[in-house]
Amino acid sequence: MFDNLSLKLDKAFQTLKGQGRITEINVATTVKEIRKALIDADVNYKVAKEVTDDIREKAMGQNVLTSISPGQLLTKITNDELTHLMGGESVDITIEGNPAIILIAGLQGSGKTTFSGKLASYLKKQGRQVLLTACDIYRPAAIKQLQVLGEQIGVEVYAEPENKDAVKIAKAAIAHAKKNNHRIVIVDTAGRLAVDEEMMNEIARLKEALAPSETLFVVDSMTGQDAVNTAKAFNDRLNFDGVVLTKLDGDTRGGAALSIRRVVEKPIKFISMGEKMEALDRFYPDRMASRILGM
Amino acid sequence: VGKSTVDDEVLDNLEEILVASDVGINTTVKIIERIQNRVSKDKYLGTTELDSILREEVVALLSDTSDTDLKEFETPPNVKPYVIMVVGVNGVGKTTTIGKLSAQYKKAGKSVILGAADTFRAAAVDQLKLWGERVGVPVIAKGMNTDPSAVAFETVQAGVEQNADVIIIDTAGRLHTKVNLMSELTKIKRVMQKVVPDAPHDVMLVLDGSTGQNAMVQAREFTKATEVSSLAITKLDGTAKGGVVIGISDEFQIPVRYIGVGEKVEDLQVFNKKEFVDSLFKKN
Ligand SMILES: Nc1nc2c(ncn2[C@@H]2O[C@H](COP(=O)(O)OP(=O)(O)OP(=O)(O)O)[C@@H](O)[C@H]2O)c(=O)[nH]1
Ligand SMILES: Nc1nc2c(ncn2[C@@H]2O[C@H](COP(=O)(O)OP(=O)(O)OP(=O)(O)O)[C@@H](O)[C@H]2O)c(=O)[nH]1
Ligand SMILES: [K+]
Ligand SMILES: [Mg+2]
Ligand SMILES: [Mg+2]
Repeated sequence: MFDNLSLKLDKAFQTLKGQGRITEINVATTVKEIRKALIDADVNYKVAKEVTDDIREKAMGQNVLTSISPGQLLTKITNDELTHLMGGESVDITIEGNPAIILIAGLQGSGKTTFSGKLASYLKKQGRQVLLTACDIYRPAAIKQLQVLGEQIGVEVYAEPENKDAVKIAKAAIAHAKKNNHRIVIVDTAGRLAVDEEMMNEIARLKEALAPSETLFVVDSMTGQDAVNTAKAFNDRLNFDGVVLTKLDGDTRGGAALSIRRVVEKPIKFISMGEKMEALDRFYPDRMASRILGM
Repeated sequence: VGKSTVDDEVLDNLEEILVASDVGINTTVKIIERIQNRVSKDKYLGTTELDSILREEVVALLSDTSDTDLKEFETPPNVKPYVIMVVGVNGVGKTTTIGKLSAQYKKAGKSVILGAADTFRAAAVDQLKLWGERVGVPVIAKGMNTDPSAVAFETVQAGVEQNADVIIIDTAGRLHTKVNLMSELTKIKRVMQKVVPDAPHDVMLVLDGSTGQNAMVQAREFTKATEVSSLAITKLDGTAKGGVVIGISDEFQIPVRYIGVGEKVEDLQVFNKKEFVDSLFKKN
């Protein structure tokens, strides 16, 4: 829809030609276009408002005559601002403890199980001894799904199909890991909605009992306006360490990334871009900014 | 139009509510314009009237079910077996919706048979089989990594042989940007037609209610590949509103048939426009 934001912004500026500087008056229409582009990209409308207010501030008083076009100048300011908001330096996951525990959490269908497999494979390639743990005791065939992935990547999966207590399973997995020299335990959990008290209690208890060195919140990059509510609710309960954005192999603009980052102030640590076990990458704020702006 | 400031404020507030429910800018602007037109024409006064006008306008954008006579979980007369193919991007809730839907059809006295044509995602076949067991309907499966069209073919064949009322084909989640996977759907359709020429009678696109504007693109691309005839919106038991479906229904004239409101077998409801629109304006 906004294949070229700067063209749009140029158009908004056209009526203002001849004014050398960006002023309160001539920036208003353009900022509106930027806000529209952000909302179209699924950036939360409140976040979009805050961000465009910041952009307006930054743009004020800039000399448009020295740039190729005012639209390009505004686009650059916007792009820089989004990049800045999403990240700075990339942050690694923390692997500490014996074994180190990584807890995976998120909504239904966001890509947790797939990501658990990918992360295990990624760590295994670094020469680490990883154990996957199947703590989704609800979804039909969830355990089997993780087992199939484990087999594909050659990583052991700890599961207790008859046990209906996720905390107990996870604790047993840790004991198993200690005994068998696994240095990292990745705990896959069931999908849950933030409004589901019982299930949110379960994940909070898991976190408390396991004391993971890394808790990751997995979120579908196609998520719309609700991303902030969910991220905030999970963060309130879990104080997670990082975010994983999935399904970026599609054509979603992924504005949720910006909203979540802004609202919970936690770094995005990985992106998932495909169903294959190798389809995992680090997060690059500048690429994400361009994507959100449709460039 | 000569509005008072209060009107503008109300409209701004409205815009905010709609955008926050994932209705999207374009559809929001369309709704607001329609309201503005009516308001000036009808000489509107007061916010209570505005509220009902608004709800009417949103309801008007949601397209009607083509077979309006079809009762809940009924199948059209003289169509047997009634073949439904379920499609959508990854993780939206296709398999779960099929499980719930089977239970409803069964409750309505229909015999159901399922086809496990997601032969790709890890344990997808087992997942559908477990749903089949839970609900008590047979599942035709050929195992993982087999040809999905062959599964669909055999399922339809089995359905005809066993005189089933309803056949539902589960397909693997696929992003609409993947050309090969999209044409695979076309192939699955074609193969089923060798057995039942007018199958599938319904191509149901499942959308995740928490998806934002990308759902619009999903609807467009899946419609291109498979002529989607109905929508199911899942995960509306959370705080997401699923507002993007309004624009989809309006633009592509596809009715929403079901909504998913949970993971349990009974958590499927027939879509009700009025309730849906009311929920858009309900604070969480
Ligand atoms: N295209 C694409 N598909 C993905 C990606 N990550 C996961 N998937 C698919 O999305 C669907 C859901 O993934 P899962 O890993 O089962 O999601 P989950 O969060 O574990 O789901 P629940 O356990 O049911 O809550 C599956 O079809 C995966 O293959 C991705 O990055 N790209
Ligand atoms: N809360 C809630 N969860 C749902 C609903 N529908 C499905 N789910 C959950 O969403 C997750 C994904 O559902 P699936 O039915 O496996 O989705 P799918 O589209 O078949 O996924 P793939 O085949 O991997 O593409 C599971 O954890 C389901 O239990 C719903 O209406 N509400
Ligand atoms: K809801
Ligand atoms: Mg899972
Ligand atoms: Mg499925």
